[in-house]
Amino acid sequence: MNAVKLGKMANEIAAFFDADPDRTAAMDGFVGHLKRFWDPRMRRELVAWIDGGGGTELIALVRDAIAQRREQILPAQ
Amino acid sequence: MYSIGHPDPGTPIRISTERVTLMIDGVSVNVPKGTSVMRAAAKAGVNVPKLCATDSIEAFGSCRLCLVQIEGRRGYPASCTTLVEPGMKVTTQSGKLAQLRRGVMELYISDHPLDCLTCPANGNCELQEMAGQVGLREVRYGYAGENHLEAKKDESNPYFTFDPSKCIVCSRCVRACEETQGTFALTVLGRGFDSKIAAGNTDFLSSECVSCGACVQACPTSTLMEKSIEERGQPDHVVATTCAYCGVGCSFLAEMKGNEVVRMVPDKAGGANHGHSCVKGRFAWGYATHKDRITKPMIREKISDPWREVSWDEAIGFAATKLRAIQAKYGPASIGAITSSRCTNEETFLVQKLVRAVFGNNNVDTCARVCHSPTGYGLKTTLGESAGTQNFDSVDQTDVMIVIGANPTDAHPVFASRMKKRLREGAGLIVIDPRKTDLVRQPHVAAQYHLQLRPGTNVAVINSLAHVIVTEGMLREQYIADRCDLVEYEKWKAFIASAENSPEAMEAVTGVPAATIRGAARLYGQARNGAIYYGLGVTEHSQGSTMVMGIANLAMATGNIGREGVGVNPLRGQNNVQGACDMGSFPHELPGYRHVSDPAVRTLFGDAWGVTILAEPGLRIPNMFDAALDGSFKGLYVQGEDIAQSDPDTHHVLKALSSMECVIVQDLFLIETAKYAHVFFPGATFLEKDGTFTNAERRINRVRKVMPPVCGLADWEITVRLAEEMGVPMQYDHPSQIMDEIAKLTPTFHGVSYEKLDRLGSIQWPCNDAAPEGTPTMHEQQFVRGKGRFVITRYVATTERTNRDYPMILTTGRILSQYNVGAQTRRTKNTTWHAEDLLELHPHDAEFRGIVDGDLVAVTSRAGETVLRAKITERMQPGVVYTTFHYPESGANVVTTENSDWATNCPEYKVTAVQVRKTNQRSAWQYEFDENLQEQVSLLPGGDAAE
Repeated sequence: MNAVKLGKMANEIAAFFDADPDRTAAMDGFVGHLKRFWDPRMRRELVAWIDGGGGTELIALVRDAIAQRREQILPAQ
Repeated sequence: MYSIGHPDPGTPIRISTERVTLMIDGVSVNVPKGTSVMRAAAKAGVNVPKLCATDSIEAFGSCRLCLVQIEGRRGYPASCTTLVEPGMKVTTQSGKLAQLRRGVMELYISDHPLDCLTCPANGNCELQEMAGQVGLREVRYGYAGENHLEAKKDESNPYFTFDPSKCIVCSRCVRACEETQGTFALTVLGRGFDSKIAAGNTDFLSSECVSCGACVQACPTSTLMEKSIEERGQPDHVVATTCAYCGVGCSFLAEMKGNEVVRMVPDKAGGANHGHSCVKGRFAWGYATHKDRITKPMIREKISDPWREVSWDEAIGFAATKLRAIQAKYGPASIGAITSSRCTNEETFLVQKLVRAVFGNNNVDTCARVCHSPTGYGLKTTLGESAGTQNFDSVDQTDVMIVIGANPTDAHPVFASRMKKRLREGAGLIVIDPRKTDLVRQPHVAAQYHLQLRPGTNVAVINSLAHVIVTEGMLREQYIADRCDLVEYEKWKAFIASAENSPEAMEAVTGVPAATIRGAARLYGQARNGAIYYGLGVTEHSQGSTMVMGIANLAMATGNIGREGVGVNPLRGQNNVQGACDMGSFPHELPGYRHVSDPAVRTLFGDAWGVTILAEPGLRIPNMFDAALDGSFKGLYVQGEDIAQSDPDTHHVLKALSSMECVIVQDLFLIETAKYAHVFFPGATFLEKDGTFTNAERRINRVRKVMPPVCGLADWEITVRLAEEMGVPMQYDHPSQIMDEIAKLTPTFHGVSYEKLDRLGSIQWPCNDAAPEGTPTMHEQQFVRGKGRFVITRYVATTERTNRDYPMILTTGRILSQYNVGAQTRRTKNTTWHAEDLLELHPHDAEFRGIVDGDLVAVTSRAGETVLRAKITERMQPGVVYTTFHYPESGANVVTTENSDWATNCPEYKVTAVQVRKTNQRSAWQYEFDENLQEQVSLLPGGDAAE
């Protein structure tokens, strides 16, 4: 799938949750949203894209979540 | 005339806790205070003759036929305008009354053509019936005097005629237009003998008339008469069913002659419409028998091959083999399905079951993805249920209504009439819309505040309104304390009270003066009952879900949820948007909005179906397109939806469809998506099948088969056959059994059955042990989620920006006479009113570009270009243009982009940066469209290429 588009979508999701002053809640919201609404292949490709050096322009919440909550975001094998 | 055989008590029902007992012709009768003597008589089994009275409009007292005698009173009062009083003794039949009534009838008939035997109303004419009832035997005045018998018939309207020679000037049509429809198109011109009914000073078609047909229904003679009755005669039987157009979900009586529809009459017993209708529901059903219907299954290997008509067995076998082969080659998740809001609950339930139990994945989505998916997300998050909170009748108790991003007079006309009635009674109105919609100002209706915001700034406006509520002390603190999550509330309150959300700070963003926002907030915040109604102008934005939550925040903050007259009310676009969502059409939810990650729910369905349900969400429609282009999604079953026309960025959609190996389309016509299909299953219209639709107020209505399916199978049977062919039998003999399964597996539907629907007429879910007859108003004691949740709704501007190349904003919508992609209404005489999609633009923008009305104009965005005719109107604000998407050749979605709502991927149809310029030819895409159309038609059986 188009990784740039996935990155844009992730960024927009994060922009919503980023408004929460509680940072843990913001990250929970972002990660939970991906898990609840994104097909596994979309999550895998987003993570792979960022792992491969993509998404440097994404807001911190996206990058932090991929770094800190990778196991939660990726589907069980 | 209303439907044959239905009693008409003459005046509207009255609701009162006080009762009145009186005697009518020696019979004691007890009725609510305020009831007319005529209606009380009807209850006592006494039919008083009448002509100017009917139960859908207020009494008028002009025909003088319903005279009665009342003990202790002088004269002969009209029973329609005389209200009951305790102890009243009424006589409806006497020698003197008979004499008076005959005299009145004699005068009417002296100026009425005596052509009863050839009159289309013969057999269903109140004038004829009353003449018989009063015993008219002669007309002493003769017919030679001055009369109206030569008055010219107006046949301009495509659906009904107006024959003034048969008019008795009872004014029922004028009053129906005013009271029922609220358009005020008709009037009585002249006085005395010269009185005549007129649609202004013009014919019906050129007038303000919106062809709702309320006047035709109210007419007691054949003065206003359906052309279908003129052509086919009176019906021989009637079947109650539900309209297949918008989300109002009007109940209808299909009047039949054998298997042919003669007339559709809105059912007075209909809970949503109470006997009213619009031009689509009442008249635009001719598509069902249109010559374009495809009635035989067809298959082909490649989309460039000619279609081959085959048997159902071969077509279903071909489809099943293809789908299984794709899964074998590309994996189980490489196929999926799309359900439609135009299909029944039962059909939709079966398609998602097919995906989950037969395909073995969760790749099912529905067209609500592109309309109200943010409603599902936003209301579930804040209130706990993905549905509107009220019934339509609730508006009668509303003191202030906010209408946001909705144009109900065009898109939900029957409910708009109810709104207008309440507004005429004095309710306040705030309209939030970039355009000056009809509700902003029309006869006897005007918005106190029109917040004419810039497209894409909804969230900024709703936050500003909430800011005023919070900072000016209009919060309902006790309500919030009792019913809401206070931790989340405090976070929201601090956010919304910050200066960044003030009307003054947001004015530069929204374009709405701060004083206007403050005034509107005060009007809503101080209302006893404030209700919010919204449409796709809320959801189809990059912040669609945020806006829905902002609306819920505002309603909770002002205590406006949980009783009649208030609430958050999404006006659903299509007939079964609510139902399609309820039935588990989304890739993350099983029926009843239960997430696939919930093991208990998966076990429930898995055990019932004998399969394992996957715990991970599947692909949404736009994700399906992207996955198709990356090669991981290859097969699609589309039931009743035209994604190639209705979804955004047409180039992208067509490329995705072209890359698939098996596209199965189940539809009535060769729709745009069918041009990219390998299998065509001919579908059935709503007239050809049994089932249920669920409207915008959660009302489950029965759809009843009035004629056999022309293609041999109802849609649900096709899905069952496909499942069986793929190796998973589904055992149903009738859609009622599918509903039984839905009820068994879905808590909000536990109490629903066809037997109960037949008994009650309709049911608003939740319907279960706690609410065995349904739930008109939700969240009465507490929110479904427990505590209502306030959500921080920060305004984030869309990434779709104007610049020097694309300086204007295009926003899209719909109009009264056409429906969605137009596949149905374009095949009716509704094209009389709207034969093509137009581009509306403000006079300043037109002048700047040298454009005059009717010019061809090119509309160019970052996604593509199309050409439309210009319509210059001050409804638009400068810098904003508007079009509809009812005609595929218009290419509205060639221009719209892939931008979408952050939470749901609902497309941002309402904001596309464009340039508009005058041109003299169609766009390159439109020439390609023509060529493709020609080619695909030639590939149909009987087409050039097929021969």
